[in-house]
Amino acid sequence: MESHYWSDYLLVAWFIALGVGLPLVAFGLARLIRPHRPYPEKLATYESGVEPFGTSRVRFRAHYYLIALLFVLFDVEVLFLYPWAVAFGQAKAFAFVEGLVFLGLIGFALFYAWRKGALEWK
Amino acid sequence: MPAALGAVVLLLVVLGLVTFAVYVHRKLLGWMQGRHGPTHTGPYGLLQTIADTVKLLQKEDVIPAQVDRPLFRLAPIIAFAPSFVVLAVIPFAPGLTFADVGVGLLFYLAVASVTTLGVIAGGWAANNKWSLIGALRSAAQMVSYEVPLALSALAVVLMAGSLNLNAIVEAQARSVWFVIPQALGFVIFLIAALAELNRTPFDLTEAESELVAGYLTEYSGVRFAFFMLGEYVYLFAMGALIATLYFGGWLPPHPALAFVPGIVWFLIKALFFAVLPFWLQATFPRARVDQLMGLAWKGLIPLAMVNLVLTAALKTWL
Repeated sequence: MESHYWSDYLLVAWFIALGVGLPLVAFGLARLIRPHRPYPEKLATYESGVEPFGTSRVRFRAHYYLIALLFVLFDVEVLFLYPWAVAFGQAKAFAFVEGLVFLGLIGFALFYAWRKGALEWK
Repeated sequence: MPAALGAVVLLLVVLGLVTFAVYVHRKLLGWMQGRHGPTHTGPYGLLQTIADTVKLLQKEDVIPAQVDRPLFRLAPIIAFAPSFVVLAVIPFAPGLTFADVGVGLLFYLAVASVTTLGVIAGGWAANNKWSLIGALRSAAQMVSYEVPLALSALAVVLMAGSLNLNAIVEAQARSVWFVIPQALGFVIFLIAALAELNRTPFDLTEAESELVAGYLTEYSGVRFAFFMLGEYVYLFAMGALIATLYFGGWLPPHPALAFVPGIVWFLIKALFFAVLPFWLQATFPRARVDQLMGLAWKGLIPLAMVNLVLTAALKTWL
């Protein structure tokens, strides 16, 4: 069983190597056959044809940050539920009540965020 | 060792599939819009994608002066590699899973979410306002829809009692395909999957009519090709995951049809769900960004929670 476990993850590592290797090989290959003739206009940032206006290191909507926070919160909570779902068959009624309490809490958190307007996109 | 070689073969098969998928995509969209699609390159335009690939390889590698170069070069690799790595855990046929890891489904979800990093890295590194807005929207969309995706998949785990994808298929052999008890979960999963893949009606990331090309604006040539390649590989991977979770993977629809090899059934189901987004693309207009976020947080997540409670109740008292 143990050797099976390690060989499986070794294969995953091999998949990662292939997934990273293919683009590297293609980039190397393309380097050999493509032209390289840069000039300032070509290297300008695309801004619908007008001269680029400053950089893009600008302030942007804080709401994206809120969404990211909510995501971290809910994704971690969903992760907690995965072991619960796998082990559910071993303690059905007890696990059901436990899951209900947990989901109730998450549901309440979602309701709270909703009422606070965190989910409105204006 | 044979498995390592098999992985190389899989990579080549997937590249072939993608070549074909791009052709099918353009042909189908063409027919649905009363056009012919590609016709000139090779018989019935079959060689169109190959010609496009060669063309992309030859293109000059334009890296704009203001770009964050290391990140700009790294981003296509971060976006592409996970799309292939997730295929390691997919059960293609009985006994044909490359890495039959115990946490298969979790592995898929975790690795697939790495692509979001590639998208946001690419959009940020480009130092272009279109790219920045596109990347932020894309990241917000992908993380928002990951929650309902994981929640609806959780109900399948609950029914099968395992995260291993082979065990999930075998659990469906013992009862019915999970699409029947999980009809609601399947619909949530499908919608969330479309959003994860950035397909219409959720293709706001690229929204060519408002954001030029979103996070891809400054990308060209091979680097652009790898972002696109990743997207198409994900189409197949997601089709494979939907087939595995809800349609019995390599199981035949009826035991009497068991003489047809499992891989054939698997490919029929996976390819159907890989092509389905093309059909939807011809049918639906693009959603607005507020509708998109509202649907995930106010619609799909509460629904997925209800679905989970119902599934748990079903499993407890039936």
